[in-house]
Amino acid sequence: MDRRKFLSKPATETSAIAQKRSYLTNAVLTNQDGQQFKFYDDLVKGKIVVINMMYANCQGICPAVTDNLKRVYQGLKGRIGVDTFMYSITLKPEQDTAATLKGFARMHRANLPGWQFLTGDADEIETIRFRLFRWDHPGLDNNVDQHTGMLFVFNDNLSRNCKTPAMSSVRSLLDTVSWMDPIPVQAERARKNAAKMVEDFEREAAWARGEKWAKGAVAVG
Amino acid sequence: MPRKQSTETSGKKKRASGMSRRRVLKLGAATGGAAAILTSTKAFRTHFDTTAYAQTDDCLVNPGASAPTSAFVQALPMPPVKASVPSLNPAPTKHANIAGGEAARAQHQKWSQFLPQVLYDVHTKPGVHRFHPELPLTPIWGYDGIVPGPTFIVQQGVPVLVRFHNDLPLNHFGSGGWAIEQDVIHLHNGHTASESDGFAGDFYNPGFFKDNHYPNVLAGFASGFEETMGDPKEAMNTLWYHNHRADFTSQNTYRGLAGFYWMFDNRDTGNENDTSQDALRLPSGYGVHDIPLILSSKTFCADGKLFGGPNGGTAPAGDKFCVNGVVQPFLNVNRRKYRFRILNTGPARVWTLTLDPARPFKVIATDGNLLEHPIDSPNLILGAAERYDFVLDFSDTQIGDHIYLRNNATMNVGGTPPNPNPPNLNNIVMEFRVVGDEADNSQVPETLCQYPDLNLNEVVGTRIWNFDLVGGVFQINGKIFDENRSDAQIARNTTERWILRSALPVAGWVHPVHIHFEEFRILSRGLPVSLGGPGEQAPPPLETGRKDVIRLTGRDQVEIFMRFRDFKGKYLIHCHNMNHEDTTMMVRWDIVGDDDGDIASNPNFIPNPNYRKGDAS
Repeated sequence: MDRRKFLSKPATETSAIAQKRSYLTNAVLTNQDGQQFKFYDDLVKGKIVVINMMYANCQGICPAVTDNLKRVYQGLKGRIGVDTFMYSITLKPEQDTAATLKGFARMHRANLPGWQFLTGDADEIETIRFRLFRWDHPGLDNNVDQHTGMLFVFNDNLSRNCKTPAMSSVRSLLDTVSWMDPIPVQAERARKNAAKMVEDFEREAAWARGEKWAKGAVAVG
Repeated sequence: MPRKQSTETSGKKKRASGMSRRRVLKLGAATGGAAAILTSTKAFRTHFDTTAYAQTDDCLVNPGASAPTSAFVQALPMPPVKASVPSLNPAPTKHANIAGGEAARAQHQKWSQFLPQVLYDVHTKPGVHRFHPELPLTPIWGYDGIVPGPTFIVQQGVPVLVRFHNDLPLNHFGSGGWAIEQDVIHLHNGHTASESDGFAGDFYNPGFFKDNHYPNVLAGFASGFEETMGDPKEAMNTLWYHNHRADFTSQNTYRGLAGFYWMFDNRDTGNENDTSQDALRLPSGYGVHDIPLILSSKTFCADGKLFGGPNGGTAPAGDKFCVNGVVQPFLNVNRRKYRFRILNTGPARVWTLTLDPARPFKVIATDGNLLEHPIDSPNLILGAAERYDFVLDFSDTQIGDHIYLRNNATMNVGGTPPNPNPPNLNNIVMEFRVVGDEADNSQVPETLCQYPDLNLNEVVGTRIWNFDLVGGVFQINGKIFDENRSDAQIARNTTERWILRSALPVAGWVHPVHIHFEEFRILSRGLPVSLGGPGEQAPPPLETGRKDVIRLTGRDQVEIFMRFRDFKGKYLIHCHNMNHEDTTMMVRWDIVGDDDGDIASNPNFIPNPNYRKGDAS
């Protein structure tokens, strides 16, 4: 693929799916077990995906991010591999073969179902990196290390997505992933959640006022 | 409204609409809630039309540059003034009315002291908007469904309550997935209690409303100025409101969720013919001689649709200059004085404005607060969220003259600093056309107000906030924003010296830093010599007044004077380049009980050795 391709203007697409496929690309990526996938059609379409960029011999933030993601993985149990998938894509595909990534995953005890470490063609991965993580800032975007700190969370069914720092607290990251879900429509359920939330608010406000918070002190209705 | 407008479009749209309906229903069924969706029929229909419109036609791919449009072909529109309502049903309450459909919030502070006297009802909803006659309608989100939102005109000392209904489309199949249908409204510069301040984590879903309580009270009313209901020197005039949803402020605001909020008082009365002794008699009349100029910059795709940025958390700096929601408008003016209130709604662009032919701006207010004395300035620099009120006197012009408002700063999208801009048509923001004569009773007094006292003996100590970029993540003091973590517990009724410092490895980022709830005065500007800077210097003239946004450019530092008064709760400090804010240059700080601060325990706090409690006044 021409390296300049991601900078030029792609042909106009008509349907949302085709636009997404064109934007995210359908590059062929290889996982740590040597299996090949088309990026949009096989890995993203119809799924909720949590994507970060790393490389196996990264001495900076990557190991800490991988450890943090492991805790996110635990928090997403029951969903990982069902509707939610995690992908760690290498920034240095020339160095990181499938076997290297397998070694990295094993070393971090992250060789887990539903979490794939991916490598592929360098230019195509560069396009994916640029499309998912760019700042529109040449100084940052050309420095691959600038992108190891972020997660890209995407719910393809809703086209809803969010970039978030990979080193956020696990609670924040799980919140972020859950925000990509459809918002529940049953008014009753939502209000029940709201009642729980109002307790949290009041507890916190009471703390700020330096008061003791007693459950039931909130007037509901 | 959107339903009617969509008839303008072709049969292709109809087919797309049908598809959308099926997809919505399928989604509803999948979550077991098809019936529940249909119960709110009205919201459903609005959602259905506009999102179908959005889905087929929106553009995911950044076109790089927008298509050319003709300049100065439409008159500057004025956002409508928001009308109050006699009552709200259900009536507003101190505690969140969960059963009545209100989103969760903490109870209103000082509710009985500031019972709302004026009520407003706002629906945050989708709409369609034409940014230029040569562009097609494009889907937007707006307060009351319009871009920009309606202007609130309120009176200082009259508490109001605004009910914001979130009628945004539930689970919208976003135009390329940008913007999120969750609302939380920040009244920028408002002396507003935490629960109505629009804290970034307090967003709420479609189907709920939230009552924001704005006491419109002078700061200090519970902190030393009880008898005068606040410090009369703390009057503020030009505020604005916008969506503040964590991670999505940039996209949601870019999609249209912003508007003006003006406050008048017994000096700035909004009447140039006022005969009362204190009246300043500045040029008056909303949209007549007192003109809102809400700047934004947008990118349009080849088919004319608004491009919003497919990456979550970012919106483009935009290459089309919009004022009050239209590209490069003109304004007919008469040969007399006008007051303009200019606001940069972002998300990222830093403007450097000049007039052509050259003439100074007579600046009377910075960030919505009157200056002590007007300042003539050849240019105005606006980082995101900055405001200036300025007066232009066209009485020395000739009928038929054209005066252009020009942007002299280019921008590499993302936040790099302004460079000189080539003087061509694309860099003109708007045109003033002198068309006639008109009587003018207005004046610009030499003294507009008095600043509050800057008493350094009040200062309890110093806090340092470092703005940095690590691993592609914007941070403050090396930390990522977490709504559940407060990085400062500040005792109410104390004063602190804050140092805002940018030590970014990438030279030249501009961070327009905004602090919620309390304004500040700038004590010095410039990085100290010990840190390799030019040393602390007095602020330039336009930064001597009360401000709520301050630009840090490259390696830079400002030292500010902050008072924390009246209300408790959680507040924010953040970079107002909304792309930085969303990723995640934002910190939560709290105002706690008068004796409960963290000054003994916070490692970022340097106590003032000269401070003795009780000495302050």
